[in-house]
Amino acid sequence: MSAALLSTKGLSLSFGGVVAADSIDFELKVGERLAVVGQNGAGKTTFINICTGFLQPTSGHVYFAGQEITGHSPRDITLRGVGRSFQLPQVFGEHTVRECLLIAASVRSKKRGGFLLPLEKAVDADSVDATLELLQLGARAHDLAGALPEGQRKLLDVAMALMGQPQLLIMDEPTSGVSTDEKHGLMKVLMRALDQRKVTSIFVEHDIDIVRAHATRLAAWIAGKIAADGPPEQVLADPAVIRNVIGE
Amino acid sequence: MLLRVFVTALLSFAIVLPVFFPWLKTPVLLALANGLSVLGVIVLIRAGQVSFGNAMFACLAGYATTAIARIWHLDALLLIALGTVCAAVAGAMVGLFMVRYRGIFFGMLNLAFSMVLFSVLGKFGAITGGTDGLRFDRPTLGFVHLERDGFETALLGVALVCAVLAGLLVQRYFRSVSGQALAAIKTNETRLEYLGISAKRVFWGGYVLSAALCGLGGSLFALTQGLVTPEMGYWVRSGEVVFIAILGGSGHAVGAFIGAFVFEFVKLYVAAWLTGSWQLVLGLILLFMVFAAPTGIFGLVERRLIGSKP
Repeated sequence: MSAALLSTKGLSLSFGGVVAADSIDFELKVGERLAVVGQNGAGKTTFINICTGFLQPTSGHVYFAGQEITGHSPRDITLRGVGRSFQLPQVFGEHTVRECLLIAASVRSKKRGGFLLPLEKAVDADSVDATLELLQLGARAHDLAGALPEGQRKLLDVAMALMGQPQLLIMDEPTSGVSTDEKHGLMKVLMRALDQRKVTSIFVEHDIDIVRAHATRLAAWIAGKIAADGPPEQVLADPAVIRNVIGE
Repeated sequence: MLLRVFVTALLSFAIVLPVFFPWLKTPVLLALANGLSVLGVIVLIRAGQVSFGNAMFACLAGYATTAIARIWHLDALLLIALGTVCAAVAGAMVGLFMVRYRGIFFGMLNLAFSMVLFSVLGKFGAITGGTDGLRFDRPTLGFVHLERDGFETALLGVALVCAVLAGLLVQRYFRSVSGQALAAIKTNETRLEYLGISAKRVFWGGYVLSAALCGLGGSLFALTQGLVTPEMGYWVRSGEVVFIAILGGSGHAVGAFIGAFVFEFVKLYVAAWLTGSWQLVLGLILLFMVFAAPTGIFGLVERRLIGSKP
């Protein structure tokens, strides 16, 4: 619980006159489960997008496992060990759930000529099936990914990211679009999977109950800056966070 | 099992037909050559991309085959191989640029490249024979000198073997990691990148395969005709290939050859009965297919032969 897995130094990004990231200094240690909260437009997703290579910062640096990854492509950052899931789940809608995971697993396949082998033979199918079960998707394995309900699409999105064996998984609003009744169940499944695979995680979340239940650390974003960072109860008691994020 | 029976029946049809009706050898050969080019287009359609310029690779391979035949008088089998390699190399080079684009830009850039080739072939008459094209003497086949009839029969056998092997190769490719990743480009390129898979590299591989298949078709076409003209690379030819892919169905390699046979024989018979109006009939057929059978002729029987998913 000591080495910095992800860190940023003076990270800034502006869109014209709008400052989406304002000189952010941040450090995430191995094993932490960080929740990110903030109003819409506070810069949460921008921060994720910079860390995962989707956006280039105007200035500043991003480091992962001691290596600078600023400006690297999403593919390179993913291969270094940073997985990502999206607010709108990014799955292969015309493939079955199992095929989605087989494709995802092919990246780490060590079989020679793996990319030209039939999909089923190119990867360790057992690990795919284990991941399907871990994320409670086994019953939907042969359904088209595009036909899944939102909650299961979210789980599939995470499952695909996990097949890349990431050290860090960044999840953008994993419970958005999911009914209140299902949110806690979905997060329990996700967190159990991350614990079992020993994956450090960051998740953007609007539901404070979810944050309290699942985060070991909380960072509150206000106007492109981290306004408060620390144990969840401490951050949630911060007057600025109450005023700007949670509401009076 | 049902699919194997279906494919065997189709192959038997392609073999038996010219035996009983020798004058059908050329149309069957042209259908097989076209089918191979359509197979190339189907590979790109797998990624959700339509090229309106793929005939340029068939044309390039045809001219390469002709040039090599005229200069070095090589055997037909070597000419086919070299023509295909030339198209694949051209595809590899053009593809480096092309894989950056998607949708209408991809389709139109391919068209633009093919029209550049068409113009170059037409303008540099001293080398390319201009709009009249280039002829070449019938080469040996399997290092045996054959008369026209024997050559066509042997070439038909070669074309059938090429069609079967190319069909199997494409189906194998579709099932491979590369092929599945290619299909994923159609639905979610962002996720591919965030899995650590280069969508451009995957698409480039598909593009080169597509060019090679079109080249194989182009080489066979040139050997069948003994003549190549810039028309081989004209945009109308590229449009025809896309038309055939829609007609036959792009979900399976077999669809390419069904479409090519239907196209060739409709053209043959309608041109004989309704001179000058065969395009009208083909247009009506395309309208019917788009409205009534968007998955093509093979798509109509696919579920029964294979199951719900190819």
